Amino acid sequence: MAEALLQVRGLTRRFGGLVATDRLDLDIGQGETHAIIGPNGAGKTTLIAQLAGDLRSDAGAVRFAGEDITRLSAPARSLRGLARSFQITSIFPDFTTLDNVALAVQAHAGHSFRFWRPARREPALREPARAILAQVGLAGRADVRAASLAHGEQRQLEIAMALATGPRLLLLDEPVAGMGLDESQRMIRFLASVKGRLTIVLVEHDMDAVFALADRISVLVYGRIIATGTPEAIRANAEVRQAYLGEDAVA
Amino acid sequence: MTSRARPLVLGLGLVALAAVPPVGGLLNQPFYVDLVRRVMIFAIAALSLDLILGYGGMVSFGHAAYLGIGAYAVGILAHHGIHNGVLQWSLAIAASMAVALVIGAVSIRTSGVYFIMITLAFTQMLYYLGISIEEYGGDDGMRLAVRSQFPGPLDLQNGTVFYYVVLAILLLFLVLAHRLIAARFGMVIRAARSNEARTRAIGFSPYRYKLMAFTLAGAMCGLAGALLVNHTEYLTPEFMHWTRSGEIMFMVILGGMGTLVGPVLGAFAFLLLENLLSGWTAHWQIIFGPLLILVVLYAKRGLFGLLPGGGPRDG
Repeated sequence: MAEALLQVRGLTRRFGGLVATDRLDLDIGQGETHAIIGPNGAGKTTLIAQLAGDLRSDAGAVRFAGEDITRLSAPARSLRGLARSFQITSIFPDFTTLDNVALAVQAHAGHSFRFWRPARREPALREPARAILAQVGLAGRADVRAASLAHGEQRQLEIAMALATGPRLLLLDEPVAGMGLDESQRMIRFLASVKGRLTIVLVEHDMDAVFALADRISVLVYGRIIATGTPEAIRANAEVRQAYLGEDAVA
Repeated sequence: MTSRARPLVLGLGLVALAAVPPVGGLLNQPFYVDLVRRVMIFAIAALSLDLILGYGGMVSFGHAAYLGIGAYAVGILAHHGIHNGVLQWSLAIAASMAVALVIGAVSIRTSGVYFIMITLAFTQMLYYLGISIEEYGGDDGMRLAVRSQFPGPLDLQNGTVFYYVVLAILLLFLVLAHRLIAARFGMVIRAARSNEARTRAIGFSPYRYKLMAFTLAGAMCGLAGALLVNHTEYLTPEFMHWTRSGEIMFMVILGGMGTLVGPVLGAFAFLLLENLLSGWTAHWQIIFGPLLILVVLYAKRGLFGLLPGGGPRDG
């Protein structure tokens, strides 16, 4: 079998006495959409932060596309094609929607020690950004300040910024959190449309989203993965049902 | 500002600045030429601070250091008989750049209160260094016997010529800063101010860009220092006193952080008010302090925000 795109071995993170990530192993295959579910406090966001390089690991290794990236910073990982979205919306509120995405394009378009030419008039930055806004359905909101976007739109912008970095792997931390039913349906449809072209690691509480999108699911409890399998296998797994899924989710 | 009001207001301001020497001459009030020249020198210092404070989010509480280094570079060369302005000003810029590079390299690794304290500590070190070097006047400072000498008609001994040199440098820096903040470089430092975690997540390493901004701002302020020592014709370690850093910061906040015109307005308001109030009473700070507090409380965008259409900040 070919090496997985993302290989996690023995990953550990402690906060004082609390072991948030406990000798965790995980393989994400090329093109796979892999959901990570688990109760609150299971360590999902910690894991995402470790994978993205925002949080140092105490032990273990992360390999991405055949390269050991364990010690690489978040920007270095981004440049290698690992993009993340944040659970709590993290955008540049004072810039326009288009600026936000164009910044993500710019970060991957060579160094930015350029002091004279207005970045807002560079088609090389603006056009790819516009295309991505159109893709996520924000084309009509390009010139609005990001701060004044609705919550659901800001979530879309999160994804657009991640996509604008041209990633090979998307780490999505609860992309439909706080969204209304309509909005989350639209987001799920959108993610379904990029699924397969991109490898996706999806942390999500919303079971509709998870079962609609995931090829495989891993269940995280107390920093450990207690089960990994297809959605059907996870639904049927007694240990998972006990630890996490309510009976109504299984029905 | 609306797109139409902005060039009009800026144009009027420029005409007013250019008209100071002839009008001052007509009214036989050379004092005002002197005052506005001083204001413009501080406007350059404030503008340079605003680049890192307003646009870069780096609350440097030691910006007077570069004013001092620029002044000492000119003063020390003059002390040794070198009056060539090109040499003096080049040294002023190079020395303040080098010091800013070192201070920035250390302090940009920190943030928040630590950043403020480290920049303050470095500047205090330089201040005490200035006091301790007897060769260059120590505590008392030293006189600048001759202003920086340039070839041709650029005779700084002529107050009017010097005035227009300062005005030209201020305009040059306004144009440079205007380009810089809108270019890719400016977008990165503004993004890092707005949301550093996000900036890193999309692939920027903000440190090197912030350090570059810090170094450029130091260089700019160093030239302001070279101008200031020529203006006052003496220098003392007081140029680097921490209250001076505070004054420059107040000009930026008063005028409007994160705007280009704001620091210029702030320098005017600060120094003109200081001048006016200190003419009335020796305890002018008692009036000045509350005024500044009112501006900070009620004019969030500073004086610039009070201009027609000052508007919300753009990144």
